[in-house]
Parts: sequence; C-alpha cells; structure tokens
Amino acid sequence: MSETSNHAGSRLDPEPIPRRDFLGLSSLGAMCASLIFAGVGIFRLPKAAVLSSPSKKFKVALPESLPAGQGFTPPGRSVALFRDEEGVYAISLVCTHLGCIVKSAPEGFECPCHGSRFAADGAVAKGPAPRALPWLQVSGAGVEYLVDEDATVPPGTKVKA
Amino acid sequence: MSNETPPKSALREFLGNLVSAPGRIYRAAFRTGTPTTDRTRSNFIFQNVFLHLHAVRTHRWSLRWSTTMGLGIAALAAFLITLVTGILLMCYYKPSPEDAYNSIKDIHFIVPTGRFIRNIHRWAANIMVITVILHMARVFFTAAYRKPREFNWLIGMGLLVTTLGLSFTGYLLPWDQLAYWAITIGANIAQSPREVTDALNITASFDPGGMQRQLLLGSDVVGEEALIRFNLLHVMVLPLLLSALLAVHFWRIRKDGGLTRPEDADKLLGPPPADTYPVFTEAPQKTYHLAAIVRGRTPAVNQAPENTIPSMPHLFYAELGVFMLTVLVCVGLAMFLNAPLKELANPSVPENPAKAPWYFLGLQELVSFSAFMGGTGIPAIVLIGLGLIPFLDREQRGTGEWFGGPGGWPLVKQAIAVGSAATLLVETIAIRFGWLREWFPHIPQLVITFVNPGTIIASIYAVYSIWLVKRYNSARAGALGLFTCFLCGFLILTAIGTYFRGPNWDFYWSPAQWPKH
Repeated sequence: MSETSNHAGSRLDPEPIPRRDFLGLSSLGAMCASLIFAGVGIFRLPKAAVLSSPSKKFKVALPESLPAGQGFTPPGRSVALFRDEEGVYAISLVCTHLGCIVKSAPEGFECPCHGSRFAADGAVAKGPAPRALPWLQVSGAGVEYLVDEDATVPPGTKVKA
Repeated sequence: MSNETPPKSALREFLGNLVSAPGRIYRAAFRTGTPTTDRTRSNFIFQNVFLHLHAVRTHRWSLRWSTTMGLGIAALAAFLITLVTGILLMCYYKPSPEDAYNSIKDIHFIVPTGRFIRNIHRWAANIMVITVILHMARVFFTAAYRKPREFNWLIGMGLLVTTLGLSFTGYLLPWDQLAYWAITIGANIAQSPREVTDALNITASFDPGGMQRQLLLGSDVVGEEALIRFNLLHVMVLPLLLSALLAVHFWRIRKDGGLTRPEDADKLLGPPPADTYPVFTEAPQKTYHLAAIVRGRTPAVNQAPENTIPSMPHLFYAELGVFMLTVLVCVGLAMFLNAPLKELANPSVPENPAKAPWYFLGLQELVSFSAFMGGTGIPAIVLIGLGLIPFLDREQRGTGEWFGGPGGWPLVKQAIAVGSAATLLVETIAIRFGWLREWFPHIPQLVITFVNPGTIIASIYAVYSIWLVKRYNSARAGALGLFTCFLCGFLILTAIGTYFRGPNWDFYWSPAQWPKH
C-alpha cells in the first residue's frame, strides 16, 4: 500500500484528477461562468429602468347627454366611459389578445385585427382573446372623473354619478 | 567606385514608369492574367479572396438547372440588392415617430429616384423571402440536408429566421398604420407566453412574456424607443448576423464537398458533350493528387475529375446569370408596382382589416386562434421539427434526387392531398361553426390555447407522418410527408389570410362583399 502511494503522481500511476487538469478545468469553468454572467448582464442596459410612457391617469369630463350603453372615448385614450342609472364605469379598449384597439359594436366590442368579440361588459364572446376587457378604476363625481389605466377593478364596479 | 550603372536618364525612366503605371497597377491587382488555360483559370479563383470560396472545378451535376434552379444565388443576389438600396434609403430616413413617416414620403415623392430605389428595396426583400423558402424546399426535396450537411441545414434555418426578422423589422420603419399595428401585434406576440402564465396564475412571479415585450419596445407602449430598437435591428444587428451566417453557410458548402449529387451522378450524366471545354488542356502544374491529402470532402477527393469542369467560366457565368436575372426582376417589378405606404400611424384606430405583409398572413391566421400557440408555440415546434430532420433521417437512399427516398413523388402527391384536405377541413369547421369559445362560453383558456384549429392541423400532420414512417419503414418518408404538409398548410393559410379575410378578420369570398363604411 505504502509502495504504491509513494508513486502517486507518476505517469504510470496518476492521481485521480491530476492537479494541472483540475486547475485547468476550474479556470475553464470560471471563464464559462463569467461569460454567461456577462451575456446575461448585457441585457441589463436594453432593459429600460425608466419607462418613457405617458401618464396612465387622466381626467375626463363626461358629456351631459350620454345615453346608457353608449361609450365615450376621450381623445387619445383607449378607454370607453359609460354612464347608466347605477353610475359611471370605464372599460379598456385594448384587446387582450394582441393589443389592437377594439371598437364599439351593437352587442359590445369587436376587434379588427383577429376577430375577437366582447360582450357589453367586456366578457369574451368569440375569438382568440384570452381574457375579458378589464374594467378600469374611476374616481370622482359630478362632471369630472379621474381614470387610472393601470388600476383594474372587478367588472360591475361603478361610481355613483 | 560603384558597380551600378547610372541610369541613362532618370527623368526618361520616370516618364516611362508613369506611362506604364496603369497597366502595372492592373497587373498588381490581377496577377493571374487572362483565364484561358486550366492553370490560369485555377489561379483566377484562388488568387481572389471573393472567388476562392468556390472550388476550382465544379461537377457537371451541380451546374444542371434542375439541381438548384439558382435559388440560393438568387436569394444572395436579393440580399445584396437590399443591402445597396437600403444604404441609399438610410441617407434620408429618420428613425423617429415624428419624422419617419414624412421622410418616407420625401423619399417617395421628392428625392430623385427615391421611389424607384424604395420599390427595388421592397421587391428585393419579397423576392428574398420567396427564394429562401423555395431554396429550403429544394434542399429538402433533394435530401441535400443529409450527412455531412446537417449543420448547414441548421445554418440555413437561422438564415430563414433572420430573413423573416429583417422583413418584419423593415416594414415597421415607415411608421404608417401597417407599421404601428404590426409593432403592436409583434410585441404582444412576444408577450403571449402570458396567455399560459396568466392561465396558471403565475404571471406575477414568472413573466417571460412581459420581459420580452419590454426588451423589444424599450417601454410599455409603442413609441420612439420601439422605433429606435427596430431600426437598430433592421439596419445593423440582423444584417450583420445574416452576413455572418452566410459566410458559414457558403464555407460549409465547400467543406461538405460541394452540392449534393446522387451516387450514380457520373453514370446518369454520361460522358461530357463533345463541345465541353476539355478536362485537361495541358499537363496541370498543380495536380489534384495534392487535394487528396487535404482533410475533408473536396469535390475531387477519391474521384476522377472527368465530370468536373472549370468553375471559371462555367460556374461563375451561371451565377452571374442568376444574379442579373434577379436584378432584372426586382427592377422590372419596381418600375411598375409601388411599395405601399399607408396613412400615418394612428394609435387609437387600427386599420380594419389590419393585415401584415403576405408572408406573415399564415401566421396571422394562426394567431387568430391563439396568440401563444399561433405566434410562438407552433412556429417553435415547426422550427425544432425542421432542425431535427437531418438527425432523424440518417438514410442514404435518394440523396441528391428530387423527391428521393422511399415513397418518392407518389408519396409527395398523397401528402399534398392529405395536407391540403386536413387544413381546409379544419379551417372550414372553424369558419363555418366557430370554435370552443362559442360552443362552451366558460371553457378555460388553457384548453383553447392547446386545442385550437392551428394545433389540430399540426397534430394531423404529425400523425400522418408517423403513419408514413411505419408504412414505408423509413424516417425519410415521414419527413417527406411532414414537410410537404407544412408547405401546403403555409400556402393555404397564407391564401386564406390574404384573399378571404376581411374586416374584423371575418371570412368573405371576395373583397367585393366587405361591408362598406
């Protein structure tokens, strides 16, 4: 036993992992690890930390005469506001499928891009849209309302006019 | 005392050198002289950095029209045309949402030859897409992807994807209605993994879709950042990537032994016609025996050179011919058919119908069933399937023959029938009777994501090709069926998207029936 261990390191009876190979493999591994780290790291720059999007909150004055079931879309916004006896509510007009702007139709909303149809309360009626059109948070009273496009509320939530 | 004899007149020598300078510059650049003999023809190739990717001699089989139909060279020519015209267009194009549309209008209406150059750019891009797809079909149907060309098939797929990426990023740049809504839809397809993560309720903690969209757009809305990024991709990243892949692609053709040909190509060709330039006009100074020492499958290894002919002029003239034909077609189309430019982008009103260019309308048809499966899932499955073909089909029979392998042309005809019938049948059901959502309004989204007309069609193709593998006891037979089915599906879905979809993506037999607004 002692005979053989004396020869450890010779070419005839090598160590389990020769020292040079171990160091070489370690440095190779370290290089790969740092390359992967750098490869992932470079995406830190194009992944914007500050998003240049305009404010998602906006104020809107509803027209005096807005028949129940007919939407009012403020210029430049993809939101329809409705007023009925129970109150005021806002439904997003951005299709949940691929982001086209749906337009009002007799039975609800329809999307021109891939044919999704939504009921008047935003529920999916037909087509590829995976989710209902979200209801957005409305606050305020009287004539002017504040709509937040980032905040969704459960369908049916209405603000007393 | 110096041994040198002083010049008779330095001034006279100077003048003499000046007169002969143009000729010397020419001979310094082109050292090989006129390529008239075997030796000078060979030198003509390997003394030129651009030509030396070619072999000095080309097998007669490679020069047959039916071997390649010139499709690869035509695709390369189209790329070079887009490169030159693209650089010209960049002189005036301004990548910002305020200026982009007007700069394209300037190019179209004011810049001298601007409209012509833009038209050529657009037609060359279209021809590039067509020739790349046809080239791929040619390589597939002649079984030219087989060992040792598997890797080049993968590179070719990379080139296909890059070509489609270039087309997509290209039509976004004018910032018209088509551009705006294409970016919107494209970015949301990148986000479509959310369809699955939403259904599993894990989007809050794991959202690869949202990250992809944000990386593409640089924002959470489509605007200036998105245009800058797509411009960067179109004029810089993708062309560089394409060029790098092209270099590997061409290098590999050479290293894999030139173009595929059948084992018995020499017998099929017979002796060269009497008027062919003879094989050896003189004792070669550079012998081909040396080539046999070089590792690899250069065309002459282990083979007599009898059926090869000098690449200069035979191959180069053929390539130049294809190149000129491509230029002619692009310029001819550009003279009569203008590249489209729609209205200025309007973020609140999409066009109705909002259609992508023709080569994406098959995909648009698929995403109209499910965003995730149509835009990400099925394309990924198709690409993985295509990439695996050369590694699953390790057979020998039929290499280099059109529709070669077990089954052959009759199998392909049957696959055309089966693939077309399956696609038309499922589409008819979806168009006539709707799909799961209309039948069961409360069905979970995950079911629709995985069971929709697109996935059903893909499954029918898969089942059919597995049946073919069993029936012919050959992986090649299955591959032949699957590839043919996918080509049919691509053509039919593209045709439906192009001609039979109207406002709200509803089905109409002709645009004349579209409702009027």
